[in-house]
Amino acid sequence: MKTNALRLLVISCFLALTLGLASRAAAQEPAPTPSDDEVNRVAKQLFCPVCENVPLDVCPTQACAEWRELIRLKLSQGWSDQQIKDYFALQYGDRVLAEPPRQGLNWLVYILPPVVFLGGVALLVSVLRRMRARAAAPTPAPAPPQQPGEPEDEYLRRVEEELKRAEKS
Amino acid sequence: MVANFGFGALVITFLVSLYGIGAAIYGARRAQPAWVESARLAMLLTFPLITLSALTLIYLLLTGHYEISFVYGVTSSAMPFYLKITALWGGQAGSLVFWSWLMSAFATAVTLRKWDRDHEFLPWVIVVALVTVAFFLALVIFFENPFNRFWSTASGQVEAFFQPANSVAIFPSDGRGLNPLLRHPGMIIHPPMLYLGFVSFVIPFSFAIAALVTGRTDDRWIRLTRRWTLVAWLFLSLGLVLGGRWAYDVLGWGGYWGWDPVEIAAFMPWLTGTAFLHSVMIQEKRGLFKRWNMVLIILTYSLVIFGTFLTRSGVLSSVHAFAQSAIGPMFFGFIGLTFIASLALLLYRWNDLQAEGQMHSMLSRESLFLFNNLFFMGILAVCFAGVIFPLVSELFTGQKVTVNAPYYERATGPLFIGLLFLMGIAPLSAWGHSTIKTIGKAVWKPALASFVVLAALIITGMRSIGALIGFWLVAFTAFITLYEYGRAVVARARRTGESLPASFWHLAGRNRRRYGGYTIHLGIVLMAIGIIGIEVFQVETQGTIKAGQSINLSGYQVTYRQLDEFDLPDGRNVARAVVDISRDGKSLGQLFPRRDYYYASQQPMTIPGVRSSMEDDLYVILVDWKPISADGATFKVYHNPLVNWLWLGSIWLIFGTLVAAWPDKDKETERIVIAAPGSAVRQTIS
Repeated sequence: MKTNALRLLVISCFLALTLGLASRAAAQEPAPTPSDDEVNRVAKQLFCPVCENVPLDVCPTQACAEWRELIRLKLSQGWSDQQIKDYFALQYGDRVLAEPPRQGLNWLVYILPPVVFLGGVALLVSVLRRMRARAAAPTPAPAPPQQPGEPEDEYLRRVEEELKRAEKS
Repeated sequence: MVANFGFGALVITFLVSLYGIGAAIYGARRAQPAWVESARLAMLLTFPLITLSALTLIYLLLTGHYEISFVYGVTSSAMPFYLKITALWGGQAGSLVFWSWLMSAFATAVTLRKWDRDHEFLPWVIVVALVTVAFFLALVIFFENPFNRFWSTASGQVEAFFQPANSVAIFPSDGRGLNPLLRHPGMIIHPPMLYLGFVSFVIPFSFAIAALVTGRTDDRWIRLTRRWTLVAWLFLSLGLVLGGRWAYDVLGWGGYWGWDPVEIAAFMPWLTGTAFLHSVMIQEKRGLFKRWNMVLIILTYSLVIFGTFLTRSGVLSSVHAFAQSAIGPMFFGFIGLTFIASLALLLYRWNDLQAEGQMHSMLSRESLFLFNNLFFMGILAVCFAGVIFPLVSELFTGQKVTVNAPYYERATGPLFIGLLFLMGIAPLSAWGHSTIKTIGKAVWKPALASFVVLAALIITGMRSIGALIGFWLVAFTAFITLYEYGRAVVARARRTGESLPASFWHLAGRNRRRYGGYTIHLGIVLMAIGIIGIEVFQVETQGTIKAGQSINLSGYQVTYRQLDEFDLPDGRNVARAVVDISRDGKSLGQLFPRRDYYYASQQPMTIPGVRSSMEDDLYVILVDWKPISADGATFKVYHNPLVNWLWLGSIWLIFGTLVAAWPDKDKETERIVIAAPGSAVRQTIS
């Protein structure tokens, strides 16, 4: 009997404690509603699903204000930024993301510019190579004549030449 | 009917343009100067004709002829006088007329120049200019007529120029008014600047085509159009900066550049144009890369037309909008045709465009310019892919996507850094030949100074890698540029015995192109300071506060005082908040962020309150407010460090461009000397 009572006491204390903790935890989550700054942090990474190219955090329309409240709600439910972004993309399509997800045809936009740029680099390298090959060839007219004495003042020499020319005219 | 007169003038201009094209080609092919002269007169005639048409349209806008659909769409009786005029470019139809007007003005100015030595170019310059004018006029006449009227028919209301059968004209009592976003002083000059930039790039293009057709492929066409290119570049730069300023003042998102397709559309010809501006110098000095210059100017022209199209049509928002807009396919067709025709001409002359010289050194000025071109083209590739991709995606998969800031910033950031670095060292390298040694000798002092700046920044607590790289490059480039300028000034002063200021002045006058270029570079450096400041160090916060409460950000305190809501006679409801600004307890005055709501277009606008200094901007936006305003209002506050340097740099850049492009007085005096040898003139020169 005594032990039973003790057991009951322990159990009830334990229950009270866990329940209390749980209820405190439950009360704690909605209590500090996510601040505007937290909402904007997420909204900044999303785009208005109806207007073109307007980030969700600055869009002045009523619809966007409601979407921001939705973000606040999701944040208060403990969703992560990524979960919220995925949720919006699922609901409204990939256009709400700041850049196309890396999949399928979308790779094109990521691959094309580097390919063009590398093509440019290749072209440039081949031009410079040809240049070096020609310079190595016995064509006798390498660098334009340079004042042997003072190569460091090459720039000043140019300036002086111009001044001389100007004075002549 | 006034509208009929305006439209008639447009149709006649169109016919005159077609005649001019035919006459110029015929005259040039058959070598008959009389026909070329006739084409020239046709060219000259287009300007007064389009002027008549444009003035007619302005008259209709000013006098409130709301039965004209364009007038109805962009004006209302409550709008002030100046906005009614600028409404000319507030809608697509009007801006096409405006574009043709500017194009015709510039082409006429070119036609009026003395052609003595370059007469063979004339007919082909006329052809290119008139083809461009005729294309825009065709769009206006057949697809986007600003003189269309409203008619009521059995099936409903229609817009047409000619009266449909069994219809009655409609006379609305008032117009819908200009898009509120466009009612801003920045919007008054931003589009004209952009358009001026666009049309003036057509001039070097037309000379390039003339050079290809006539086979006179030396650098004459480049020398003839050097100033046009600079002026085009200046206007385009100004247009871009003003657009950024307008966005900063009006759009209420704390920034100046949003990587919107419309912005990028105007930015792309600037990229190729800037690359062109540099690479033509290689051809002038060394006779290299003639083909590449042709490619660049052809690209610039295509991008100019593309940009004009995108900035107005909103086509990029969806494939459907593109399919619905009648002019979309026309534009693409025109761009495609002119691009292919120009490339075909280039291939035809390919062998004539061989390099006259050779490259000798990896570090010569010409190779560094090539790297500069590579970076510009890289940025262009990123921009083009980003702008076009949403269309491609929707077309092939039906999935709409957004390509925005993260994509562009990640991809172009390193390229911009590369350009900034090149801007620093390229002026040190010589044409023809440079080595690490020659550049190194010139560079070490300014480089050392820039590292001192870097160390100072680290010591004062700056930890952002991006900002450190950026500011180091800014210091590096600025020091080199100033050092080069300073050395030359001192050398000249020593040589001539002038005072330093006089030496400075004369040196710049002697080689305005170089020192104008240096000045532009310094302007870019100043702009870079502003861009790094706002990009890296911008912070923001948002909060709802009651009257008397404050929001704190970066040492500033924003205290909400009151909010008033009232109607204005021009058809808007204004909610205007009053906030006190203080910093570290010291009062800095009041700001008045407000929200304007335009009833007619049901459009809200967020006008920020900004406190601006060279150190930073405090940018306050009114986001929302409670029904009883004292109960609370929501503000968003941005702290934008250094952003004013961006605007300062752009003014500096204008100054530099003017220095570089100002007409040479020297050449005229040379001519006088020849005309009057031995006379008193010679003494005045020496």
